[in-house]
Amino acid sequence: MTTPSLPLRAGVPTLSADTRTVGHTRARRRKNPVAWGVLVAVAGLVALPVASLVAIALGGDTEVWPHLAAYVLPTAVRETALLLAGIALLTGTIGVGTAWLVTGHDFPGRDTLLVLLPLPLAFPTYIVAYVYADTLDFLGPVQTGFRALTGFRSPADYWFPEVRSLGGAVVVMSLVLYPYVYLAVRAMLQTQSAAVVEAARLLGAGSVRLACDVTLPLARPALAAGLALVLMESLNDIGATEYLGVRTLTLSIFTTWLNRGSLAGAAQIACVLLIVVAGLIALERAGRRGRSFSSGDDLRHVSRVRLHGWRGLLAALLCALPVLLGFVLPFAFLLHEVLSRGLLAGLDPALVRAAATTVGLAAAATVATLALGFGTVIAARLIRRPGTAPLTAAAGLGYAVPGTVLALGLLSPLIAVDGVLDAASRALWGTGVGLLLAGSGAALVIAYTVRFMAIATGFSQAGLARVPTDLDDAARSLGAATPAVIGTVHLPLLRPALAGAALLVFVDCLKELPATLLLRPLNVETLSTHLYQFASRGSFEEGALAALLIVAVGLLPVARMVRLSDDLDRARPLA
Amino acid sequence: MSPHVSARRFLRPSLVLAALLAAAGLPLAGSPVAGQPAAGEPAAQARGEVNVYTYREAKLVEPLFSAFTAETGIKVNTLSANRGLEQRIAAEGASSPADVLLTVDIGRLKDAIDAGIAQPIRSKTLDEVVPAAFRDPDGLWYAISARARVVYASKERVEQDEITYEGLADPKWKGRICIRSGQHIYNNALFAAFIAHHGEAKTEEWLKGLKANLAQKPSGGDREVARDIAAGKCDIGLGNTYYWALMHERDPAKKAWAEATEVILPTFEGGGTHMNVSGVVLTKHAPNQANAVRLIEWLMSDTAQRIYADINYEYPIRTGTTINPVIASYGELRADTVSLVTIAEHKKAAATLVDKVGFDD
Repeated sequence: MTTPSLPLRAGVPTLSADTRTVGHTRARRRKNPVAWGVLVAVAGLVALPVASLVAIALGGDTEVWPHLAAYVLPTAVRETALLLAGIALLTGTIGVGTAWLVTGHDFPGRDTLLVLLPLPLAFPTYIVAYVYADTLDFLGPVQTGFRALTGFRSPADYWFPEVRSLGGAVVVMSLVLYPYVYLAVRAMLQTQSAAVVEAARLLGAGSVRLACDVTLPLARPALAAGLALVLMESLNDIGATEYLGVRTLTLSIFTTWLNRGSLAGAAQIACVLLIVVAGLIALERAGRRGRSFSSGDDLRHVSRVRLHGWRGLLAALLCALPVLLGFVLPFAFLLHEVLSRGLLAGLDPALVRAAATTVGLAAAATVATLALGFGTVIAARLIRRPGTAPLTAAAGLGYAVPGTVLALGLLSPLIAVDGVLDAASRALWGTGVGLLLAGSGAALVIAYTVRFMAIATGFSQAGLARVPTDLDDAARSLGAATPAVIGTVHLPLLRPALAGAALLVFVDCLKELPATLLLRPLNVETLSTHLYQFASRGSFEEGALAALLIVAVGLLPVARMVRLSDDLDRARPLA
Repeated sequence: MSPHVSARRFLRPSLVLAALLAAAGLPLAGSPVAGQPAAGEPAAQARGEVNVYTYREAKLVEPLFSAFTAETGIKVNTLSANRGLEQRIAAEGASSPADVLLTVDIGRLKDAIDAGIAQPIRSKTLDEVVPAAFRDPDGLWYAISARARVVYASKERVEQDEITYEGLADPKWKGRICIRSGQHIYNNALFAAFIAHHGEAKTEEWLKGLKANLAQKPSGGDREVARDIAAGKCDIGLGNTYYWALMHERDPAKKAWAEATEVILPTFEGGGTHMNVSGVVLTKHAPNQANAVRLIEWLMSDTAQRIYADINYEYPIRTGTTINPVIASYGELRADTVSLVTIAEHKKAAATLVDKVGFDD
């Protein structure tokens, strides 16, 4: 990727070199104990389950490795690498392409697509895998129709793509996961500096040239943040990949644990994966080091280009395709199951309760995750030292561990804290509180927060990469204290990124399954565990209503977010 | 600063935040924890409750527990999960609310014993009605239902009505067999049973032969095996007894899949049909121990055995309880003689061999 050859700092008349120096010096002298405290606390919270995972890993011998190296890793590494590469390519293309089209252009149906594009995210991946395997199966409607048209009769008569395959897994998972990239990149494009774009247009760059040379290279931090989430999510998937017959490394964690009876061995594999993920993230960061993605302080918005005629239709079609395949089709399938099975008639009151529980837990976790994630990134920015990078990265590691493994890692620390609370309560009031955290919804909120912190930190970082530190210094030199800088500079500029992160965290919490299963209190069901009860018995269709409710609940924040971002769009002066 | 970044603008998100915070109060103060005692609350026993951690879906066992509550007045609280319940009980230690762990698969029962979370159930009642093959000699676990791993065969394309597990490696089946992942617990236990019968070397050969006969890479679940046979992708496959019955009896959309196939009860050469169980364990620190034992004993009553077996079309454990007619229609079951405990001991070896022969590749 080449650094744009356009005058990046073309529009920075407000700050003189002097103010910059003054601000910098002051920032450097600042000790920032609060910022360090936030940073260390959040990284520590996430490190807790990881540390307990490492302890489990170290507690066993290494006897699983010769076996793994001989028989499992060759295939598992290859399949995992192909799966991730395929998904990265596909989600990257869909995510960046659609974000670029809807943010920079006007075309028929654009406003509707804006609402629909993030929606596939609300489906649990494994459900979409079932839907596609079912729809495209030999006995499914598509092939049955195809045979009726062609007169073919048996599977030997014609070739048809097999969903239960590596390629099938790449496509199905990408259809659900591309919104991570889409939302990250869109948030960044929305705050793209008008000066850069206008300069490029003045220099005669067309839409595509502009995208390739300016817009997209500048969106790299967002693409990286989005892809990191997609890849970690794919790496940790177990439901869809196992069903589709892909032999991933994560699958080997579970077979090592459950069939070979070695939890320590499983933890060791998880730790190795964690190191690989951390390494990849570090590599990407290193690739970006020394480049500026901030583009001056001219943060007016760029006007959208109207696409006429066939161009407009093509843009609409390209954006509609992922929505159709990732959202409309699974939605229609589930709706059909709900109606044909009469699931609405006997509406289970337990399902309503589950919906309320789910929303409550997800909302609490979203608030906690955003506050801590945003806090971490801001803290690191205020400190402005290289030492903060590992801590911010550590805060995002919860996402790199499979949910069940993370839950296992959380059990011991939570119960240790509960022990202390219980003892304290006994000493103070003579009565114990039992498992205060581990026995209540608090365990889930903590698990979600730890797990999805990477979304909040990733989006905040990508968003702030766009904002030059000069702005902080300018605010300071005008006498603003730290809270005021955060409140008047960072927070407003991060609005699109935070809204995107909030949506992702909320929806991810709605559909989170493995940690929820293992950590929830007695008698508590969420929508995803309710759905899983049917899916695990092989009849997910009976849980179709719960699946639709997850989508319905996920729709609310999407609508809200789109309205927020449209406000932003409307605020744009015409170029 | 540019005009759109005004203080007024970011008041909006703070409103959203406030709304979220309000909603956030919900799970901590309200619904999720309502209706259940505060964790570890000793009053649970006084109120007549019993807490069950279960690997069977809560929805599936609900009718059973409702019947228990109706009969005894003891409330049953459940937590269902798919993995890690032993670890959760172990981590909770003495403050664990769990009284009973209900599992599927003998391997899971063994894991629970190995994790040190079980205590012996001393009950003459149980020992009288549960055959020795279906309980631990020391009373650490009792099976409460059983299923067999059987062959689904195409009605159209398969003539024979009996088969051995060994025969699945016969080259005449080349490209004609469908199966789910060799690492799935159902297959893992079957392969472990094969090792118990024939030793590891022969099992490896057999697995290679079976692998060579597969029509496609292992994927999907047992229902998909029936579906793929119905579609003509393969002619025979392995599935559990209850899946066929559930498709045939309870799911009109899948009845055709079941109808395209018939169930053959395979046997080991010189043995019987491979069975696996669902079973219960009494936890070491059970806070409601008396209620828990009462529940377990009730689960073995004729009524409960019939409800439980019928919920999911399984074989009852209690001698003399009538078998569901759909299951009975498969033919007379001759259960394999190798003990479940022996099978559990070979699980790891079976998992190793599956990797070694590249069964799932």
